[in-house]
Amino acid sequence: MHLAYPAVLSALLFATGLYGVLARRNAILVLMSVELMLNAVNLNLVAFDVWLSKTARDTLHSGQALTLFTIAIAAAEIGIGLAIVLAVHRNRGTADIDRLRDTAEPGNDDPDDDSDDDSDGSGSTRSEPAEKAEATA
Amino acid sequence: MSPAAATVSAAQATTTAAETHGFLSPTGVEIAFLLVGLVTFGAAVVTVTTKQLVHAALWLVVALGGLAVEYLLLTAEFIAWVQVLIYVGSVVVLLLFGLMLTRAPIGRSPDADSGNRWVALAVAIAAAAALVWVVVDAFRTTWIDLDGAAAGSTAVTGASLFQSWVLPFEALSVLLLAALVGAIVLSRKTKARTQAQEAAGGTTTASPLRPPSPGPDATRSAVRGAARSDARSDKEGAR
Repeated sequence: MHLAYPAVLSALLFATGLYGVLARRNAILVLMSVELMLNAVNLNLVAFDVWLSKTARDTLHSGQALTLFTIAIAAAEIGIGLAIVLAVHRNRGTADIDRLRDTAEPGNDDPDDDSDDDSDGSGSTRSEPAEKAEATA
Repeated sequence: MSPAAATVSAAQATTTAAETHGFLSPTGVEIAFLLVGLVTFGAAVVTVTTKQLVHAALWLVVALGGLAVEYLLLTAEFIAWVQVLIYVGSVVVLLLFGLMLTRAPIGRSPDADSGNRWVALAVAIAAAAALVWVVVDAFRTTWIDLDGAAAGSTAVTGASLFQSWVLPFEALSVLLLAALVGAIVLSRKTKARTQAQEAAGGTTTASPLRPPSPGPDATRSAVRGAARSDARSDKEGAR
């Protein structure tokens, strides 16, 4: 098999996950996109391990071992990430990462907040000092 | 084997492979890989673009299962079954539980995408173009030899994992234990803190960010009580 097939598929999957991480708004969808990026890396590792084990007589199988480690770390990451998302949702009532602007500078986040408030309109009656006070409480 | 000898043998294998393979004569494995790869890529694109959150998780199942088939086509069968067990079996179920516990809407949610979607699309297309160009240019004359014994059978993977990779393997088990304890701590401490806050006093916990906010209910009951008193006064007036 030509090595470009798995390499190109891996690059495309990585770009797809990158788009999802940058464009999604729900935190769980961002976690799904991170999973896509990790799987792209796994496909690269497996393909290059199979290539090297035949051409360079590699008996260490580092690619497949690292793939297993990556899968286990991804499982741990998704558990911790979901616990954090659920804690944020329990404290704030939302899992929307555009609303979590507590560390933002106070001056430059007004246009986004205005557009958000115009877009959904339902829970937008709260003010910015109340959000900050709730964050520090 | 010294690195120089490995390089030489790799170069020899590359040249022999380039002699026996053609550029535009795909084998059956390559055609199967291409078809499954198209399905996987399409499922991944639908995962990151759909407006329905539960459908995104279900399309992620298709993408991860397609990747498991790709591992099987690359003769890495142990990785493929681990992928099916962990990703399709547990990670997607965890994501679905997370979607349900955060009370995600079942139908279409129009605010699933952020406002900087076009910037994200530009960045992703630039990254894809750069990566594909570099990868195709670098590995133009490289072929994977899939004949012979499988490179990723369970015996081979187990032998390399428990001969060369024992220490990282055990460290990984410690990491999984730490992740387990961390998830439990993250889930418990916030619950204890909210219970303590609710026990401490009602005025400080009645934040405007709580979903069941008392404001509209109070006003609605006040309006209802006023209407009832009006009706009662009307009835009394009629009487």
